[in-house]
Amino acid sequence: MSHDFERVSQVSSRDLGSRIAVLRFLHIDLWLFIPLAALSMAGLVVLYSASGQSEVMMTAQIRNLFVAFFVLLLTAQLRVETLKIVSPYIFAIGVALLIGVAFFGVGAKGAQRWLNLGFIRFQPSEIMKVAMPLAVAWWLSKKALPPSAKPLVIAALMVAVPSLLILRQPDLGTSLLVASSGLAVIYMAGIQWRYILSLLIAAVLSIWPAWVFVLKDYQKQRVLTLFNPESDRLGAGWNIIQSKTAIGSGGWEGLGWTRGSQAQLDFLPEGHTDFIIAVLAEEFGFRGVSLLFLLYAAILLRGLAITWNAQSSFARLLAGALVTTFFFGLVVNLGMVSGLLPVVGVPLPMVSYGGTAMVSMMVAFGILMAISTDKPVTRTMR
Amino acid sequence: MARQLNQMQDWARETRLTHGRIVVLTVLMLAVMAGLLYRYFYLQIIQNETFRAQSDRNRIAVRAVAPTRGVIVDREGRLVAENLPSFTLALTPERITDLDGTLDALSELLALTPDNLALFSETRKRTRPLSPVPLKYRLNESERALLAVNKHRFEGVSILSELTRHYPEGPLLGHALGYVGRIGKDDIAPSDTEQYRGITHIGKVGLEAYYEQWLRGELGVSRIETNARGVELEVVDRIEPTPGSQLALHLDVALQRVAAEALGDMRGAVVAIDTRSGGVLAAFSNPGYDPNKFVNGISFGDYALLRDSRDAPLLNRVIQGQYPPASTIKPMLGLAGLNRGVIDVDTLVADPGYYTLPGDDRRYRDWILRIRGTGHADFMNLRDSIAQSCDVYFYELANRLGIDALSDSLYEFGIGSLTGVDLPSEKRGILPSAQWKREAIGSSWYGGETLIVGIGQGYMLATPLQLAVATSAVAMRGTAYKPQLVASIAGEVVIPEPLLSVSAPTEYWDEIVAGMVDTIFAPRGTAAGMRRGLDYTVAGKTGTAQVVGIAQDATYDEESLSEYQRNHGWFIAFAPVESPEIAIAVLTENSGGGSSAYPVARSMLDYWMTRHES
Repeated sequence: MSHDFERVSQVSSRDLGSRIAVLRFLHIDLWLFIPLAALSMAGLVVLYSASGQSEVMMTAQIRNLFVAFFVLLLTAQLRVETLKIVSPYIFAIGVALLIGVAFFGVGAKGAQRWLNLGFIRFQPSEIMKVAMPLAVAWWLSKKALPPSAKPLVIAALMVAVPSLLILRQPDLGTSLLVASSGLAVIYMAGIQWRYILSLLIAAVLSIWPAWVFVLKDYQKQRVLTLFNPESDRLGAGWNIIQSKTAIGSGGWEGLGWTRGSQAQLDFLPEGHTDFIIAVLAEEFGFRGVSLLFLLYAAILLRGLAITWNAQSSFARLLAGALVTTFFFGLVVNLGMVSGLLPVVGVPLPMVSYGGTAMVSMMVAFGILMAISTDKPVTRTMR
Repeated sequence: MARQLNQMQDWARETRLTHGRIVVLTVLMLAVMAGLLYRYFYLQIIQNETFRAQSDRNRIAVRAVAPTRGVIVDREGRLVAENLPSFTLALTPERITDLDGTLDALSELLALTPDNLALFSETRKRTRPLSPVPLKYRLNESERALLAVNKHRFEGVSILSELTRHYPEGPLLGHALGYVGRIGKDDIAPSDTEQYRGITHIGKVGLEAYYEQWLRGELGVSRIETNARGVELEVVDRIEPTPGSQLALHLDVALQRVAAEALGDMRGAVVAIDTRSGGVLAAFSNPGYDPNKFVNGISFGDYALLRDSRDAPLLNRVIQGQYPPASTIKPMLGLAGLNRGVIDVDTLVADPGYYTLPGDDRRYRDWILRIRGTGHADFMNLRDSIAQSCDVYFYELANRLGIDALSDSLYEFGIGSLTGVDLPSEKRGILPSAQWKREAIGSSWYGGETLIVGIGQGYMLATPLQLAVATSAVAMRGTAYKPQLVASIAGEVVIPEPLLSVSAPTEYWDEIVAGMVDTIFAPRGTAAGMRRGLDYTVAGKTGTAQVVGIAQDATYDEESLSEYQRNHGWFIAFAPVESPEIAIAVLTENSGGGSSAYPVARSMLDYWMTRHES
């Protein structure tokens, strides 16, 4: 409608993906799809080794991948306009579920993250990973950008409430990801740099109260351990020491597939989930790590390009936030496994074993593809 | 249209705004990714060696492979210390849910003693977690069968097969060989702990201790891949251990047995030396102990019995028993007198049965006074004084020599000095002199004390081994080798080392040897009873060492003294006289005198002189 002119003007910058009719029909963004598929394949290869050649895990992960890519395709079919309309409802449902978890949640390993609906157990916090950027983008794109103070405060509340609910579970990793997805929207919406600066200062200042009032003892321990892993060799420090050892012993070429002693001899905890990059680093060396980084860089750059080309403010804020969230999860995982950041249970996107996180990530990429293929070609050119 | 234009302007402005944000985001993301990539580069390339080493330490458990301890054989190649397979019942406490119940059940099955259980809990403290802790050593056939049948009842219970030191001759060679025992916390120097990884036993006393580093061998190394829980998966490589060296002894088990049998129930010590090499042919101390009892930990009760026994079975009398040498030093003193010119072979000393110093009315009695009521003869010469053990002659000789010359002369024969035999904990004895007394007792020397030392009494103490060496020196006319139990180590012959050199003219040696031959072959020789049936030549000397001082006017009455106060008997001898091969010293504790000692020597010499005939 009103944006049709702009859309038409951008047809010339169409990429290869949308020129292939089938892909266009399926709303597949090839430049996003290729590295995602490559990462999944790489993830399977590493998982084979990291799981100790477990057929069960391989089968499960292949099934996860099928589900995830199916969800990706499904999500990609959504129209951006539709997303915009449903986003406040999804967010409301998400928050409601989080509150539900707080009251009726199912515990596991001392954390209350799951909701048991009888036929399915799931983590509402996963929904929030997508619902948060959707809702904040919906909210801020309704106003003129950059947002003024009042919508900004409301946006901040929209970020804060679910994040704190998730932090309470406790799930620091997901809470950080969810918060970052909302904050990314606010950033994309053009919040003034002086606010960002104030926010950063506020964040720094809140470290101490957060340390005292918010963080659980085990979370504090993880932070402390980061600075001195040797202080707790067999406890929290073990993971960091062993994963750094695995990464460091990989060298340039690596020890070879299924030949990483740290990984194969059970020294590396969580080798198939959060710490899987350590297995890859040990067995495929810095060459393998570099290749992985290349794939991630491709996804990030492609995501940024989609954001750049997005057809509406809503789509752009949403796309930017999705890419940033992906990036944030990536950095937390890569930083945590290599001993730069505290251990906060964040999987390596697309590579770590597991279904839920992968599905919610694929929803995000599906939305990105929807945005990328949301062109006026069929709707507005005639 | 205006509204649409306005919207388009808004759109353009918002696009510029968000594009600006994307540029910043792109730069930020690439920078952070580059930083992370550098982190991996740093760990993988720059720090690679550190982490590779760390990983190897993780992965590879280096297990020491204990070498087999060197065996010990006697001069005829008979095994006297060997390694036998032995089965040990061991428990891994971490793998047992109900340890007390298991121990109770095993106690019922195998009749475990409180000592077994005490040793188990003691050992457990020093054992690494997840390692088997020995409960009972040397399981016999039926115990093993019982355990095999009941195996299903016991989780975490295993039977270890290992080589255990065994001494087939038992107490016969106990003192000489010593024994190995489980390594205790003070047994190895901290610098040696590496060498003992995986080794469970160490030589505690005797030859086992003295030759520990040769017997021990060199550790092998087995590198085993393990997982994080320490479960061993695969042997990566293995360097075989070097077995300990075999020791071959000069000692002759058969001769040792002859000595032991001849000594019978008497407490005492017997040592025989090959005069031509210093090789120790026999070294027996009675009572002894069975070294096998110590190998895997002697029970507290058994040990207390040994430790507290008045008969001191743990004392190796050969090297640690210190006794007044009594008359056995007379040949050496005689030689000293001749050598120093205070007497000659014809010097005669009047013997009324006692001796008095000029200006002193104290009577220094001759032992014969008590028996005959008079001296040996009106006048005694050196040769007869040796053969008949005339005290008065040696009082006079000692007086003429003076304590310092006397002391120096005996020093030449090694009295009061360590022989350097290859056994640990040798005792030195005491060779008194004026200086020694000043230092040790803090008073000056009295002339009368010289006389007492002149008959090997008073302060003087010597070990049987010292006297055997001195005897060897007499036999070889002035030279003696360091006594040595081990003849060869791993086939390498141990070269005899000269120990003593006493120079004297041949005729002097001839004279004192003649006196020693007369001891046996002259009618009034103190060991004349040994002569019967002798078909080879022997030179010897008896001695009777007082255990308690006899008051000036009292007489020695054997019957009235308690057993442990009776005199010790000595006999030293060498044979054959013309070309000496063997020198022997026999000490019999509280046996009354030398007459109980020379039969032991006779038996040994008989065996030695005829051993090649059979």
